[in-house]
Amino acid sequence: MASPRGAIERTLAEIGHVLEQSLFAETLSRRAGLLQALDPRVKVVGLLSLLIAVSVSRNLWVIVGLYGVALGLAVVSRVPLSAFVRRVWFVLPFFTGLIALPALFMTPGPTLWSLPFGLVVTRTGLLTALFLLARVGTSVSLALLLIWTTPWNTLLKALSVLRVPDGFILILAMTYRYIALLLGIVDDMFLSRKSRVVGRLSTADERRLLAASAGALLGRSLQLSTEVYLAMQSRGYRGRPRTLDTFSLTTRDWAWAIGLVALAALAMWLGQLGG
Amino acid sequence: MAEVVFELDKVDFAYEGGQPALKDVSLSICAGERIVVLGSNGSGKSTLLKLLDGLYYATAGSLKAFGQPLTEAAFTDDAFNFAFRRRVGLVFQDTDVQLFNASVFDEVAFAPLQLDLERADVITRVEAALRDLRIDGLRERPPHQLSGGEKRRVALASVLSLGPEVWLLDEPTTGLDPRSQSWLVDFICAQGAAGRTVVTATHDLTIVDTIADRVIVFGEDHHLAAVGTPAEILGNAELLLACNLTHEHWHRHPGQREGHRHLHVHGAPHDHDHERNG
Repeated sequence: MASPRGAIERTLAEIGHVLEQSLFAETLSRRAGLLQALDPRVKVVGLLSLLIAVSVSRNLWVIVGLYGVALGLAVVSRVPLSAFVRRVWFVLPFFTGLIALPALFMTPGPTLWSLPFGLVVTRTGLLTALFLLARVGTSVSLALLLIWTTPWNTLLKALSVLRVPDGFILILAMTYRYIALLLGIVDDMFLSRKSRVVGRLSTADERRLLAASAGALLGRSLQLSTEVYLAMQSRGYRGRPRTLDTFSLTTRDWAWAIGLVALAALAMWLGQLGG
Repeated sequence: MAEVVFELDKVDFAYEGGQPALKDVSLSICAGERIVVLGSNGSGKSTLLKLLDGLYYATAGSLKAFGQPLTEAAFTDDAFNFAFRRRVGLVFQDTDVQLFNASVFDEVAFAPLQLDLERADVITRVEAALRDLRIDGLRERPPHQLSGGEKRRVALASVLSLGPEVWLLDEPTTGLDPRSQSWLVDFICAQGAAGRTVVTATHDLTIVDTIADRVIVFGEDHHLAAVGTPAEILGNAELLLACNLTHEHWHRHPGQREGHRHLHVHGAPHDHDHERNG
């Protein structure tokens, strides 16, 4: 039996959603905010330091404090708070929550609540689950802050500060660039199908349609990759990419880099005190 | 006498699987010439440009550039490869193929960087190319977010930053609005006026006499069908018809009982010289 919403409509909606998200991130990254104005290398190093502090902290309040820092940075960077919070905490329970759930009942410790069927929530279990949720939520928030306040191409170039090889950065950049192009092709492909399909297709027909589209897209992407390689060769590419780093650090960048790393160091020290 | 830039002697090219793209092509292109390569879709125009750019190699016959054979073995020598790439630039038909970097600045800097130019020289060239093509404001933009006309300018800038002596342009006016098309024709003319060799593949007959000193026509059989001045080629209706560059068009005027045929050029203003064509 055919699904209430056909494969074509679902695919189109998904593509629209991905493009919308990409556009949203690009728009945010160009706003006049604090993080947007910083050198991307400072953001990479600073936010990575905070991420490490979150990962090694054994004090829940330190992690909560770092989440507060992330919220503060979002506000001064003109990132809409509701979207920032929703993006993390609406998705998190489905993934991390499922992993954290057994810890509530299976970690030995003083009993907090007794539930039917002999299930017991322990204090240690609750703390373990909260730790996991807080760690993941704060880490994802910090990573999201970096992605939302930095244009993707600039962010990739900034990875060189972490000694990521130029070739790898070029491949990532090209992947991102051509995903956008291929999404456009898929969108056109499905729209053209939609314009010629009357009524609802059976599940078997939808499967055939999706398989044919996947095949056509694969063919197109293979052809595209061959042509792109020729275009690279034409401009002197010989398998060893060279890139240009045009970043320059200001006093303000240095101040923020030192500040963020110092904050991370303080959080690590406080985090070792336990909680 | 001007230096011979490209010399083709009985060149054949076939794609994998034996599908022929060019057959028995012999011609010479001299420095400073403005050449238009005409032909219908699939006649071998793009393949010829890729052969001239050393991206494909002749399957038979010989092809020389600046007196040196263009073979796969020649391009394994870095010195030859770098020297050739600095002198010859190809602008692809599909700008999405040409623009593979994440930002416009990186795109324009790509070629000079790969050819081991100094950092300061690269930046100077990029800035000049961005300024000359009036795309300075797009430098941080990802190419996939640009309009068709902007993409074409970035594609040209990505080659201009090399300062090539020879420009190879594959269908450069395809998909452009009239203003961008007119700007592009001016750009091609400016390169020609600066003494550069410009080879443009197109099937747009409306721009031929503006951008060419000599026209090379390919037939649908992948052979060279004719070589001549723009006036000679554009005045040869039978040749254009045989090479699928014009088609016979039948219509009837209001108030007339009889319809009639005349030649019609794709993308060109209608030729209503009925006495000659009808």
